[in-house]
Amino acid sequence: MSHLLALAGNQNCGKTTLFNALTGSNQHVGNFPGVTVEKKEGSIKKNKDVVLVDLPGIYSLSPYTSEEVVTRDFLVKEHPDAIINIVDATNLERNLYLTLQLMELNIPMILALNMMDEVRASGNTIHVNQLSENLGIPVIPISAAKGEGISDLISLVLKTVRDKTPPQKLDFCQGEVHRAIHSIAHIIEDHSKAAGYPVRFAATKLVEGDEPMFHALNLDTGDIHIIDHIVEQMEQDLGTDREAALADMRYTYIESLCSQCVVKHQETREQLRSEKIDRFLTNKYLGIPIFLLIMMAIFWLTFSVIGAPLQDLLSRGIDSFTASLEQMMTNAEVTPWLISLIVNGVCAGVGSVLSFLPIIVLLFFFLSLLEDSGYMARVAFVMDKLLRKIGLSGRSFVPMLIGFGCSVPAIMATRTLSSDRDRKMTIVLTPFMSCSAKLPIYGMITAAFFPEHGALVMISLYILGIVVAILSGLLLKSTIFQGNSVPFVMELPAYRLPDAKSVLLHMWEKAKDFLHKAFTIIFIASIVIWFLQSFDWKMNMVSDSSMSILASIGSVIAPIFAPLGFNDWRASTALITGFTAKESVVSTLTILTGAANDAQLCSMLSQIFTPLSAFSFLAFTILYMPCVAAFAASKRELGSMKQALLTAGYQTLTAYLVALVIFQVGSLIV
Amino acid sequence: MTLDLVKPGEGGTITVVGGEGALRRRLLDMGLTPRTKVMVRKVAPMGDPIELFLRGYVLTIRAEDAAKIELEEVHKQ
Repeated sequence: MSHLLALAGNQNCGKTTLFNALTGSNQHVGNFPGVTVEKKEGSIKKNKDVVLVDLPGIYSLSPYTSEEVVTRDFLVKEHPDAIINIVDATNLERNLYLTLQLMELNIPMILALNMMDEVRASGNTIHVNQLSENLGIPVIPISAAKGEGISDLISLVLKTVRDKTPPQKLDFCQGEVHRAIHSIAHIIEDHSKAAGYPVRFAATKLVEGDEPMFHALNLDTGDIHIIDHIVEQMEQDLGTDREAALADMRYTYIESLCSQCVVKHQETREQLRSEKIDRFLTNKYLGIPIFLLIMMAIFWLTFSVIGAPLQDLLSRGIDSFTASLEQMMTNAEVTPWLISLIVNGVCAGVGSVLSFLPIIVLLFFFLSLLEDSGYMARVAFVMDKLLRKIGLSGRSFVPMLIGFGCSVPAIMATRTLSSDRDRKMTIVLTPFMSCSAKLPIYGMITAAFFPEHGALVMISLYILGIVVAILSGLLLKSTIFQGNSVPFVMELPAYRLPDAKSVLLHMWEKAKDFLHKAFTIIFIASIVIWFLQSFDWKMNMVSDSSMSILASIGSVIAPIFAPLGFNDWRASTALITGFTAKESVVSTLTILTGAANDAQLCSMLSQIFTPLSAFSFLAFTILYMPCVAAFAASKRELGSMKQALLTAGYQTLTAYLVALVIFQVGSLIV
Repeated sequence: MTLDLVKPGEGGTITVVGGEGALRRRLLDMGLTPRTKVMVRKVAPMGDPIELFLRGYVLTIRAEDAAKIELEEVHKQ
């Protein structure tokens, strides 16, 4: 018989490390239904029939964040056979707050005390047996990072699943809160059974004033009236409100529990070390420069030192593979259109995107180092004030910064943002950051039109992207993304050495994700573009792409760009092919102008553009919808095709308006 | 006095946690409950948010949210 287990715990308590240790690489990543909250599943090593679900890292079971709601719904509706609650033993007090709430669900539960090695190394002690006895659930000390206690944990889990023993105690409350919970439990017993909620959990949530619970239980007005009365009485007696009363009740119990079970002489070495490290990393004067240096180092390593040679190697590999494939097909006398489809369509399209793989993997390697070491939380701490002005929090800073390298990993990195609203807004704004694939376009246009002021034009383009993102953020904040963001109340975890296995698994996951995209959506897009580029309306293959369907679409939409200063089918066609990859703008313009060398290209380009319209073309290129790979990433992270299309539409419209203003205002001046 | 006015290196005991909705619940869930001892460790380079130490761990919140938390017996720690 197969069993379902849930792994629950706070953020930063080593949950992912434990999940990896328990399941190995045997994982499946998806989303919880209806929300973009990541759901990881895997079967326990050597126990294929025991499936473990990694729940989001949360601090409470309140109804306010999608992560918490997802966790509640999963635990109540999927009826897992047991919960493994992992807690950070160096920070027991706050971690046990979630534990008490989980226990109310009346599901068999095991408490895994992680990082016990750190507790012991600092000379502190936790009386495990006493803790287990007081809580009424099995407790086991482990160190997920060192692999200590994992096999004991697995056997304990299997035993718990067999015995099906729910937590032995539920009552941690006293006095007025106790009275209120018990009176309400009596009233709602039938309702909560009918709705499938454990009575104790439902009653506590009602005392807390949990709106979703009131709806779920389907109570009549009479009952609600009585419940309100009971709660009011409790509030009066305690002199505090319902939410504070329950939080206080839990923490009061935890404090007395810890005073019995925890012997703490001093903070752990890791905590003391973190304080010292933070004297530099979040220092008033050094904090921001150090952060910028770290990011520059990451970019330098990713895009030039390690990434560029790897990318070069990979694209050369793909090229020679393509060449030999073409040779083989020609020798076998395969029909020319099929050769063209495979070589110019699939291999060229998928190949150009695939060559980004090393960069993506490298960026995620560094990102998981930042995340797992605890530094990412410090970045949010240091940068929060800047991003708050556009309605985001410091957490969005890193994805946006990565956007300057490549929008694809940047959009994929928004997954670390805990708020749905912040994540969506960051996905919309990130592509405005000028990515590295747009550099060749700037290079070509500035060489042709602004040879004297190349650097100035480039810098102004980068600034343009940032300014548009800021204005866009302000606009979105006061329109679609109104309302409060998730409160910025964030733990700064102790610095720890990242776990190699978790980092590698994370890289592999992102690589897999990217490869999946390359062979699905990008594969199809490449074929479509190839078809449009290679055939005319009568379905004859064309040798000159100026006769193709794509070119005729280009000439139809060209007048749309007249107000921006470039009513030319070659420019509009280049913008369409830019959708496959931004560099394609360059290759398309080169092909369509028929230029044989750079000097020729310059003179051909000046037939299409004036310096002013060239600049407006550049502005449009930075801002309009990102390439298909980034689009696919945003579709995946937004979780809906409709929202991804709306986002792309919004970006393209913004690009149009900005380029329009540049050209029209510029025409008045020049 | 409210928590946002406490200088780095000083701390006190929470008396009232104000605010409402998701923010207030989050503050309570993270252990900022009445009678809890809390210390301000640092202010971010740009002057906001602030870094707190409570219940044996480090938490950061924005000054505007800290203004909703009342403290008593504030002194150097």
